[in-house]
Amino acid sequence: MKDIRPAILLFIIFTIICGGIYPAIVTGVAYALFPKQSAGSFIADKSGKEIASTLIGQPFSDPKYFWPRPSASGDFGYNSMASGGSNSGPTNPDYLKTVGDRVKALKDTGVTGTVPADLVQASASGLDPHISPESALLQVPRVAKVRGVSEDILIKAVAEATVGRQLGFLGEPRVNVLALNLMLDRVK
Amino acid sequence: MNPYEWLQTVIFFVVLLALVKPLGSFMAKVFQGERTFLSPLLCPCEKVIYRMSAVRPEDEMGWQRYAGSVILFNLVLFVGLFLMLLTQHLLPLNPQKVPAFTWQLALNTAISFATNTNWQAYVGEQAASYFTQMVGLAVHNFVSAATGIAIAVAVIRGFVRRKTSLLGNFWVDMTRCTLYILLPISIIAATMLVSQGVIQNFSEYKTVPLVQSTNYDKPKLDDKGAPLKDAADKPVVENVIVKDVTIPMGPVASQEAIKELGTNGGGFFNANSAHPFENPTPLSNMLEILLILLIPGALTYTFGVMVGNTRQGWMLLGVMLFILITTFGVLQWAESSGNPLVAKLGVQSINIEGKDVRFGMAGSNLFTVATTGTSCGAVNSMHDSLTPIGGMMPLSLILLGEIIFGGVGSGLYTMLAFAIIAVFVSGLMIGRTPEYLGKKIEVREMWMSILVILTAGVTVLILSGIAMITPQAVASMSNPGAHGLSEVLYALASMANNNGSAFAGLNANVNFYNLFGSLAMTIGRYVPAVAVLAMAGSLAEKKYVPPSLGTLPTDKAPFAIWLTLVILIVGALTFFPALALGPIVEHLTMLGGN
Repeated sequence: MKDIRPAILLFIIFTIICGGIYPAIVTGVAYALFPKQSAGSFIADKSGKEIASTLIGQPFSDPKYFWPRPSASGDFGYNSMASGGSNSGPTNPDYLKTVGDRVKALKDTGVTGTVPADLVQASASGLDPHISPESALLQVPRVAKVRGVSEDILIKAVAEATVGRQLGFLGEPRVNVLALNLMLDRVK
Repeated sequence: MNPYEWLQTVIFFVVLLALVKPLGSFMAKVFQGERTFLSPLLCPCEKVIYRMSAVRPEDEMGWQRYAGSVILFNLVLFVGLFLMLLTQHLLPLNPQKVPAFTWQLALNTAISFATNTNWQAYVGEQAASYFTQMVGLAVHNFVSAATGIAIAVAVIRGFVRRKTSLLGNFWVDMTRCTLYILLPISIIAATMLVSQGVIQNFSEYKTVPLVQSTNYDKPKLDDKGAPLKDAADKPVVENVIVKDVTIPMGPVASQEAIKELGTNGGGFFNANSAHPFENPTPLSNMLEILLILLIPGALTYTFGVMVGNTRQGWMLLGVMLFILITTFGVLQWAESSGNPLVAKLGVQSINIEGKDVRFGMAGSNLFTVATTGTSCGAVNSMHDSLTPIGGMMPLSLILLGEIIFGGVGSGLYTMLAFAIIAVFVSGLMIGRTPEYLGKKIEVREMWMSILVILTAGVTVLILSGIAMITPQAVASMSNPGAHGLSEVLYALASMANNNGSAFAGLNANVNFYNLFGSLAMTIGRYVPAVAVLAMAGSLAEKKYVPPSLGTLPTDKAPFAIWLTLVILIVGALTFFPALALGPIVEHLTMLGGN
């Protein structure tokens, strides 16, 4: 039982190293090199007040805004205190009904043809800030009508808000819905 | 797969394979006590640590003492975290004033992190303080990973050494692993993650106004907290308008790096690596997958160096890669084909339920097979929402026993047990003496290998059986029918194999899963660990048998194919009935349109 001392002492020593010194080093380096990212990639309004994080999506349901993906986080969509997905299985009748209702809601706004999957299936994080470019373009006629602007302007705005594949080959092209809607509100 | 997905996947594996040799030989130097480029900086620290903790580095241990030290250390880890979780509300760095854990949840969580499982029955952003996450959980992420690697190294020494009972010093192996390997890589990786947008701060949670307010129906509760019902037995609700949301903060990057590198997998937030603050870009995603596979992959090379034949290591890596890439292919096919029941509603036929757009299909699926082939268990997509055949891939990777890369250390030693079984069976079939790496395989080695391989499987099947007749366990299912069985099977498999991911719809924070899960994690971690050390002890005492004409070469392609078959056959024999009742029935139901 001479190994009890090292067991307890090493636990304490490594708690200090891994739980104290290591995060302190990382925090120091992060603040020095990437102050904006380490704080949460917030954007500020004109007065300098932080109004949103570009990484965390927000709920939109008003027809004048582009809509994000459905979200299954907590009590209401895009609740950043309860991140998570629906965890619905593929044959769950409740899930299939929910997707059917979402498809109908979109078709009621004048959408025709096959609906892009990301607009009716919920994300993993519940906070997904992005939709596919197809899903954004699909919504252009509705937003244009409500806002009374030409579709061309909105198509341009969508193109501007589209992020390409990272380094040219990683991930998928995507549109940040919050950034796009904030852009629309600014020019209005 | 579109051309970009092909390119991204190919480049990923090229980068991974390019890192295997440099990291693998570096680790071999570390564990053989040789000087490395980090020695000038770390050697003095190491000496101070040994002096402070009363460790005599030259004092080598036999297998019993090595195993005893592992257990003792893990016991201290468990007690430390258990107490910390029970007293969380009294400890510092708790700006959100979160309360203490219940004892059942604390028990489950403490065992979960000590065993490198990182099963999480709590919601990180609501239930854990910064102190818990950073000091309590992060330290476990390091030392439980180092424990696994140390055991693997001791097992390799069992093959290498001759006529000795000594396997090395656990305290030294664990310390050197943490200092020379885990900490430096974590610091670099965490910095890279922050550059992509992973947060690292100690701010209070931030409240921001919503651009457009939202609303929801909130169930009204009576004085006792039970939902109120009206005359028609419908829940009474009130409509609540939400004008702003709270965004959680915290030291995420430092935990994120070691969570992947140590194949731990416990997320800072509930959504784990799907959360934009844990995994903000496609590049951070690829980096995290790389971290998951890095050490288990490189350890095969370390093994090759230490046994004096690197082809032995490449052979094991080849088997792992083959199964990993095959399951990735099936998963990618299943998810891209989509769900016919959803397609019928007029939706594009791919399954993106439970996936985030930025990762894309391939980026989500690669993460899924990496995190379940290893015992990591972090997730960037929700496995519960995968198509039935898609969901069977991560489930099967877990059920195979966490050997496809596997947990850091534990993957290698479990794979070596499979190799011994393969050598033995082929020896019987072709009438050759079963030898592996110059050591004769005898009864004791076979017993221990079988213990290593079957413990988790038997635990899963027995506990799943008990779950099916326990009302509380059944009531926790979130999806009806065959999918519910998959949820329970996945949960117990995940805990018994120390993975920690979940079909997360299952409500796991109930006594059944907290307590039986704790049992499964404990058995699944320590029985194989002690068995494999016992095997190493007996191997180390044997003399070296030089290869002769009668020796089966274990570093060539035929043996790799044979080993793959043995792995698949053992897996299929153990789990086919359970899989047939879960995912396979569900797949047929889905195709049948009911």
